[in-house]
Amino acid sequence: MISPRSPPGSSSQSPRSPSAPPFLSVTVTDPVKLGNGVQAYISYRVITKTNLPEYQGPEKIVIRRYSDFVWLHDRLAEKYRGIFIPPLPEKSAVEKFRFSAEFIEMRRQALDIFINRIASHPQLKQSEDLRTFLQEDEETMERARSQETGIFKKKPADLIQIFKDVQSKVSDVVLGKEKPVEESNPEYEKLKHYIFELEDHLAEAQRQAYRLVKRHRELGQSLSDFGKAIKLLGACEGDSLGKVFADLGSKSELLSIKLQKEAHNLLMNFEEPLKDYVRAVQSIKATMVDRANAFRQQCELAETTKLKEINLDKLMLMRSEKAMEAEIEYKELKAESEEATRRFETIVKLMSEEMVRFQEQKTADLGLAFHEFAKGQAKLANEIADAWRSLVPKLDACSPSLCS
Amino acid sequence: MMGPETHLGFGSPPREKMESLVLSDVASDYRSAMSSSLSAVVDGCDPLLSLPSPLSTSAAASSSSSFVDPPSYADVVFSPLDSQNGAAPDRPSLRRDSSSPRSDRAAASEYAKITVSDPQKEQDAVNSLVPGGGTYVTYLITSRTRAGGAEFRVRRRFRDVVTLADRLAEAYRGYFIQPRPDKNVVESQVMQKHEFVEQRRSAIEKYLWRLSVHPVIGKSEELRAFLQAQGKLPLPTSTDVASRMLDGAVRLPKQLFGEGPAGYVTPQDAVQPAKGGRDLLRIFKELKQSVANDWGVAKPPVVEEDKEFLERKEKMQDLEQQLSMASQQAEVLVKAQQDIGETMGQLGLAFIKLTKFETEEAIYNSQRVRATDAKCLATAAVKASRLYRELNAQTVKHLDTLHEYLGLMLAVQGAFSDRASALLTVQTLMSDLTSLHTRIDKLEAASSKIFGGDRSRMRKVEELKETIRVTEDAKCCALREYERIKESYLLWLC
Repeated sequence: MISPRSPPGSSSQSPRSPSAPPFLSVTVTDPVKLGNGVQAYISYRVITKTNLPEYQGPEKIVIRRYSDFVWLHDRLAEKYRGIFIPPLPEKSAVEKFRFSAEFIEMRRQALDIFINRIASHPQLKQSEDLRTFLQEDEETMERARSQETGIFKKKPADLIQIFKDVQSKVSDVVLGKEKPVEESNPEYEKLKHYIFELEDHLAEAQRQAYRLVKRHRELGQSLSDFGKAIKLLGACEGDSLGKVFADLGSKSELLSIKLQKEAHNLLMNFEEPLKDYVRAVQSIKATMVDRANAFRQQCELAETTKLKEINLDKLMLMRSEKAMEAEIEYKELKAESEEATRRFETIVKLMSEEMVRFQEQKTADLGLAFHEFAKGQAKLANEIADAWRSLVPKLDACSPSLCS
Repeated sequence: MMGPETHLGFGSPPREKMESLVLSDVASDYRSAMSSSLSAVVDGCDPLLSLPSPLSTSAAASSSSSFVDPPSYADVVFSPLDSQNGAAPDRPSLRRDSSSPRSDRAAASEYAKITVSDPQKEQDAVNSLVPGGGTYVTYLITSRTRAGGAEFRVRRRFRDVVTLADRLAEAYRGYFIQPRPDKNVVESQVMQKHEFVEQRRSAIEKYLWRLSVHPVIGKSEELRAFLQAQGKLPLPTSTDVASRMLDGAVRLPKQLFGEGPAGYVTPQDAVQPAKGGRDLLRIFKELKQSVANDWGVAKPPVVEEDKEFLERKEKMQDLEQQLSMASQQAEVLVKAQQDIGETMGQLGLAFIKLTKFETEEAIYNSQRVRATDAKCLATAAVKASRLYRELNAQTVKHLDTLHEYLGLMLAVQGAFSDRASALLTVQTLMSDLTSLHTRIDKLEAASSKIFGGDRSRMRKVEELKETIRVTEDAKCCALREYERIKESYLLWLC
């Protein structure tokens, strides 16, 4: 099943034709429960269709599970700092809910959207990890996944960086420095403020949307019970009146079914997009943390480099034999500092591009969600009106003294 | 720099003028989609069914105007159903109370119109012990007879309504009499005064109207006195429970030990059910009789024979059960409808806040577009919420009939139990008579053995014979009453 958010369908031209536009389309489908007991999990079929040369052929099918998606997400987050990595659906906290049909379907839809967003992102789609994810057999995937756990996944350079971070934090506290240095860019400040507040508003809207889904279900249930009671009541009455009551009861039960359907529709096509929006905002916040870290690193390295430079000048003036060593150290540090600056600036540039993209994508996403919402509600209202309307002539025929 | 592509199945827009084209694409999609789903609603303009139109027009208006100009918040403030219905739903002008299927009976009632209005607080002449007590509310009751057309206005308080109900229950045993509105002692203290008075006012109005359309009670003297007699209500008031208990406690020893005039049931008493607290002896006797009926071997001389009646009774019980279930489910349904309306409104509010926020903070044009969309949705949601509220008000009004019928079922049960207790009185009296005769026979047998007769025993026999005579009379009256109830039941069947 192709979700409504997948990119436009495959071109009809032969994939080998040199003038065919490049495309990469992925489908996540066919959830299957595997394993027993506590270790049970859901596996999904991931179908890739592409004409890109980096891939092993026009179509490839692999089996993946949720933790594989998590692996891909984390790798991309590490390598592409500054880009808003598409969000993943949450893990389920409640055990018994994990295998409910609704939850599985929501997760499948969200994973499908996740992978397609990556596949259509200009930078992310070129990632090697993506290719691994989409093509490698299950064994290779499992090996890759198990390598990524815990502290062992960090390269030595990363470990040193972490250590340095801790060190500087401690020294800051000891030396009584104020809070760590932050950017003083007013535009960025505004953006940060916007993102934080946006999250609150969206979370509220999503909560109400979820409650609305529940209300639809409750109304459906009560209509069904009411219908049954009316039918029984009709059985007490005489013939013609009893029949009309039975009709009323049946209509009531019919509407109950329609309400349950609409509740499901609301859940998948209105509430879920809103939740997705919230997750996206959280992903932006993660990128903001990356940016803050990069900024801090850059500042610290710049400072350290300056100190080293001063020291070097001093040593050179004194014509000390340590000067050689110090010069090498200084050059290394300077390179690192430039690297950190470059990293930071990349993030800044990427972020501004990503923001534009994000805003546009969200407008389109929400537009669709609103459209589905309005359509669903209008359809439901029509169906309800039709059902009751069809009853009125029967009721009129039954008892002429009744007027509206 | 070209903006990135959107990938959402709306077609790939050309590169230049990205945003405006996305808008028009999306707009055309919306419009075509909306018009297709709404075309089904365009017809169906029966005057009866003008209800669907607000739903469809509001949905259409909100989405098609979304890209022309954002609707103002004022759009949201509107009362959806008034213009359609033509009458505000809360004034129960009873001529229009056609939700009652007995509207044809209404035409035959003696009274053309009864209204209750103008509640006023008045002070009790006697200072009661309860602080803050001593005030009560009177209502102005206006009625007009169908025959003369003369209009009567009286002031009555709720206690008078209770009196009326009690007198009617006594005088018209066996009839299905509409139950009177509750006393609501606790609620009258707790509820807001105005709301409570309003509730009571409308309940009294409905009650009086229902009484007036009853074929027998509508013509009763009691009702007429209530509606037309000026000044104090000329009906004997009911004694309260406490003084009744006191009365009964005083009489019981006399009844048990003395064979005096308080020892048996007089004819006029036989016509009434045994009053709790007062006629304790009679209650005990009737209880004994009912136990004998249930567990005894011999059948009492008079039994409920009418098979059809018994069938009907069972049907009535079944009906009552189903009514009660349906009434319960109706309540649940109304609550669910209310909830969904509320949540819809809250959803709208959440989106309005979001819209406001985005509009204030907007940097990109896509944000403004999104804010506009959200506002449309919010407006529609709030409108829908109001529609739900109106719908629910209507639903409550109509489904309330179930509750009323349930109340009537109580009256039916009352009538059935009247019949049963009248029967029980007859049975008790008859077995009383049998035992009295037996005693006389024994005494006569005993005294005949004594030479010259036994003067004390003879006196006793005389007394007993007197008792028998009175009891026979009572039995005749009770039997007559029972037959009357049976007849009135037959009358009610048609």
